[in-house]
Amino acid sequence: MERIPILRMGRVLLVTIQVDMHDQLAVTLQDDLTAKIVETGAGGVLIDISSLEVVDSFIGRILGNIATMSRVLDAQTVVVGMQPAVAITLVELGMSLPGIRTALNVEKGMTLLQASMDADEVVLEVADASLED
Amino acid sequence: MPIRSAQDLVLVRQAVRTWSAELKFSLVEQTKMVTAASELARNTLDYGRGGHVTLEMLQEGLRKGLRLSFEDKGPGIPDIDLALRDGYTSGGGMGLGLGGARRLVNEFDIVSKVGEGTRVTVTRWK
Amino acid sequence: MTTRIHAILKKYPSELLTEWLNVMTTGGMRRDALMKEAELREQCAEFLRLLTQATEQGNLTDITGASFTQAREMLERLSRSRSLQGFSPAETATFIFSLKQPLFDRLRGEYASQPQVVAEEMWTATLLLDRLGLYTTEVHQRAREEVIMRQQQEMLELSTPVVQLWDRIVCLPLIGTLDSGRTQTVMETLLQRIVETGAEIAIIDITGVPTVDTLTAQHLIKTVTATRLMGAECVISGIRPQIAQTIVHLGVDLAGVVTKSSVAGAFNWALKRLNQTISAQQSLRASGKA
Repeated sequence: MERIPILRMGRVLLVTIQVDMHDQLAVTLQDDLTAKIVETGAGGVLIDISSLEVVDSFIGRILGNIATMSRVLDAQTVVVGMQPAVAITLVELGMSLPGIRTALNVEKGMTLLQASMDADEVVLEVADASLED
Repeated sequence: MPIRSAQDLVLVRQAVRTWSAELKFSLVEQTKMVTAASELARNTLDYGRGGHVTLEMLQEGLRKGLRLSFEDKGPGIPDIDLALRDGYTSGGGMGLGLGGARRLVNEFDIVSKVGEGTRVTVTRWK
Repeated sequence: MTTRIHAILKKYPSELLTEWLNVMTTGGMRRDALMKEAELREQCAEFLRLLTQATEQGNLTDITGASFTQAREMLERLSRSRSLQGFSPAETATFIFSLKQPLFDRLRGEYASQPQVVAEEMWTATLLLDRLGLYTTEVHQRAREEVIMRQQQEMLELSTPVVQLWDRIVCLPLIGTLDSGRTQTVMETLLQRIVETGAEIAIIDITGVPTVDTLTAQHLIKTVTATRLMGAECVISGIRPQIAQTIVHLGVDLAGVVTKSSVAGAFNWALKRLNQTISAQQSLRASGKA
């Protein structure tokens, strides 16, 4: 069966969506990603949609689901590379994807994820230190 | 074009993309039209139990347009105003399909009879 | 058989030219400031020559035919250049119409003994020259419309100058009324430039926007949301007191939109956001204290 590949880069899972996804493919991606987060203990998910020409409310909902589910599994999601035309259309459609963090491209998304994962770790260390005291 | 499976949605999107490009719609106009088609085709599939879509190129004076008619023989919509409202859904969606699609096109028309089916016609002018 | 009008044109080319120029000069139709006499004479001579060629055979009242191609092309050039020189359509058409008098005079003189022929030929000549005159008006009009269309396009482009202020910061100063069509262009241009420049912060300055209605405010909010979806942030600066009042009265929700009173304020915010400082800032502050 057709699947969208999920790459692992350190603590980040990278997904590049390059095809016009049919609904089942999107649902499969959602399942695969959540399974992979648990399996690898990833701290971040980066979804690159720069080649995606259409995002309708269904795909938008899947993206939202992925973000929410990853948060529950202690991973941050960043969606990167949304095309201007897609962004304008989504806003017009009434979807502002409030729970999703965004970045212009993979590089900036990676920096964003790294920073927030580092921040998480600092908090952890501080907590550890206070415990030891 | 028939709308019978999720795979058909992809084909409808591709056809609408090709037609809009042929009419020299701008990229944003193309994207809006394709997204509207995707929403409506999914409605036809999910709520209308499948149906078909007709694509039509229009010419009125100097302006050109693209018209899409989605027809199904499903259960119909009892309260159209309610169905058009954002956030309302009878299925499991976000309730943005109909109302959202209406905002993406220039003309929007819906005819529905309970027990007989639904026809949604949308037009976008260049 | 050649037409009678053709015969007249061929027989008296120099006389017709002199008389035609006379009519134009005495009629006050020539505008010295706009056109040299020599140039006008040249144009008249060329037109007479082409008209002589065109009228040799066939139906004289149909100027769309192949025999008139050259004459039409000449008139088109003439009309376009005159439109650019600032002549009115009436003045351009008068160029043709003032040929009537000398031509009619010659017709009357030549066929004095045949009043029937004179009447007939004068009618044909009237139709012919009217059509040619109207043709120049049409071309004139078309030339103007092309200018207007080009200017509209240029204005739309001019009205959305997205400028890069700093590394990763772009600014869009908006001037004039924002209607929904223009806001659409503004939104698209801004988002496109964000992609091109990789800007993380966009400042929309509306100091030059006189009024904001509900629709415009909603468009601005949509632009801010779309920018966020793409992974950049948007600040709106330069909201005037009246506009602030209108926005509140209209009940538009600007929550979630960062606003600053001036471009400077917005720029400052953007720099802080990107953890950047301008070194000149310090010396400025120092001199301010001193």
